Amino acid sequence: MNAMFQNTRALAIAAIVLVVALFASLVIVPETHQGVVVQAGKPVRVFNLFRPEVPYGQTGAGLQFRIPFFEQVQMIDRRVLDLDMERTQVLSNDQQRLQVDAYARYRIIDPVKLVERAGTESQLEAQLLPILTSVLRQELGRRPFSALINAERGTAMTNITRTLDAQARNYGAQVLDVRIKAADLPEGRPRDAAFTRMETDRQEEAATIRAAGQRDAQIIQAEASAEAARIYADAYGKDPKFYDFYRAMQSYRQTFLAGEGQSSMVLSDDNEYFRQFKGER
Amino acid sequence: MAGRNNPWGGAGSGDEPGKGGPSGDGGAGGGSDGGSGGGPRNPWLPGGGEPGKRRSASIEDIFKGRGPEGPRRAGGGPGGPSFRLPERPGGKSWIPVIIGGAALVWVAVTSFHFVQPGEQAVVTLLGGRYSATLNSGTNITAPWPIQMVEKENVTKVRLEEVPGTKTEKLILTGDQNLVDLSYLIRWNISDLTLYKYQLSDPRNALLEIGEAAMRAAVARQKLDTVLTGEGRAEIEQDVRAAMQARLDAYRSGISVQGIEINKVDPPGRVEEAFKDVSSAQQDADAAINRSRGVAQQLLARAQGDASEFNDIYEEYKLAPEVTRRRLYYETMEAILSKTDKTIVESGNVTPYLALPEIKRRAQTPAPRQGE
Repeated sequence: MNAMFQNTRALAIAAIVLVVALFASLVIVPETHQGVVVQAGKPVRVFNLFRPEVPYGQTGAGLQFRIPFFEQVQMIDRRVLDLDMERTQVLSNDQQRLQVDAYARYRIIDPVKLVERAGTESQLEAQLLPILTSVLRQELGRRPFSALINAERGTAMTNITRTLDAQARNYGAQVLDVRIKAADLPEGRPRDAAFTRMETDRQEEAATIRAAGQRDAQIIQAEASAEAARIYADAYGKDPKFYDFYRAMQSYRQTFLAGEGQSSMVLSDDNEYFRQFKGER
Repeated sequence: MAGRNNPWGGAGSGDEPGKGGPSGDGGAGGGSDGGSGGGPRNPWLPGGGEPGKRRSASIEDIFKGRGPEGPRRAGGGPGGPSFRLPERPGGKSWIPVIIGGAALVWVAVTSFHFVQPGEQAVVTLLGGRYSATLNSGTNITAPWPIQMVEKENVTKVRLEEVPGTKTEKLILTGDQNLVDLSYLIRWNISDLTLYKYQLSDPRNALLEIGEAAMRAAVARQKLDTVLTGEGRAEIEQDVRAAMQARLDAYRSGISVQGIEINKVDPPGRVEEAFKDVSSAQQDADAAINRSRGVAQQLLARAQGDASEFNDIYEEYKLAPEVTRRRLYYETMEAILSKTDKTIVESGNVTPYLALPEIKRRAQTPAPRQGE
């Protein structure tokens, strides 16, 4: 009885060891990663290596085997990765400053090289970032400010991508593209200057509009005055002498009656009005 | 006998001991074991502290009814439950029933997938290899974790508002002015596997591409065309096309449905100047309106005066002398009746003038003193 139990226990232990060994030698490689098998610090083979033409399901992701304890599997991202650059000030060739925010997208196409030369993805990123920054400065610094605003146009981005890609290939990465996310005027003087320019621009526009309004108003009034003068001339031209008399009468009424203050008159009896006063002579 | 329960202790047990593992108690839920039917030798008696009794369970009992999906870790282990359940009719233990039920529920829950309309799901083998895409409807897979299923809505249009908060987002225009702009990206997933496996952070990539495209599009326009909305449709079109081209180049599985510019404003700091332009327009219009009024007044006055003169002139022509005199006297009468008059006889008399004037001058300071 005891011997039999000993026997089964040995079997059980063997089974457990087997299971543990099985688990230790099994690796699940997700579709999103490439597994680099490292043997004593040396990459020996790759699971799920990136090949663009192979459809998902046949790429080699999933269950893979390794020799337990001898081989380590390092997972390297297989997807398109993002290299986000910090905002950098770029000096254009006409000595204007621009704050540039750029990103690069890359993919690790040779994970063995990456593991050998950079180690991990984050180390690769640390290697590539300064390169991207300096390439960007160099390339954009050759252009005038007006071209920087619209850097997507022209050859700047292609050149930057090409240069960065050449560097990245050394680490087993392929740069898909570099884009300028934002090109801004730096805080402080340059931005203030732009604001001032915009402001004065608008002030000028406002002044022009007001002046044009004044001009139009004056023209309208002048035309009306001319028209009124014509109407007066038409009417009064019929008898200038009578107009003189009639207008004088109107004017007297206006002056003495509607005018302010009490009027005093000193009249000579020679006055026409008193002709009858003295008796007709 | 060491004091341990050994479920597969009897009979040299060649039946895959490795897999049998500690779950030997599992799945015997059929309740059809005859070997130890009742009596004092019930091996399943809860709280089984007596290994001797346990050992008498036959190997058939233990392995009977174990499906291939028999969960490995499910067994309570040989330790048995430390709590007591009411006894099952027939005096058998609850444990196999519970384990069997749990296994069934497990299988049912993790192998049937109800994919809602508009959804798709990616199936991976053990979380690794991609094996299939499930469309909407009821789908059956192997239970978790053999096949793992991730559902995602692929038809729902997602919205990304940029900038998310109410902050100012200044963008340079082609004529080196700044404009405060916010926009909306509408997108959905066009290919779920690509979406899952191509980009490390698809949403972030979408936002970055959107921002780059938006700034590039605005930089192609002048401030005025952006502000007036004249260039808006063109910008939206440009951004959408540029984004889609980039996303397709990455094979991202994302489809951009549209870009909408929500708000285009001049920057806050110069807003006053911009407002002043529109108020200048108002001012100009006001000035024109006012002068139109004045002009109408002038004309009306001229027409009135002219027609008055014409009427009187008609009258005057009929009897010039009489009318003239009449007008003269009427006017004089009206005037002189309302004025102070001093009539001085012409000749050698030196007139003493301004009597009323002096009187008035003397009177004016008086009330001032009285105050």
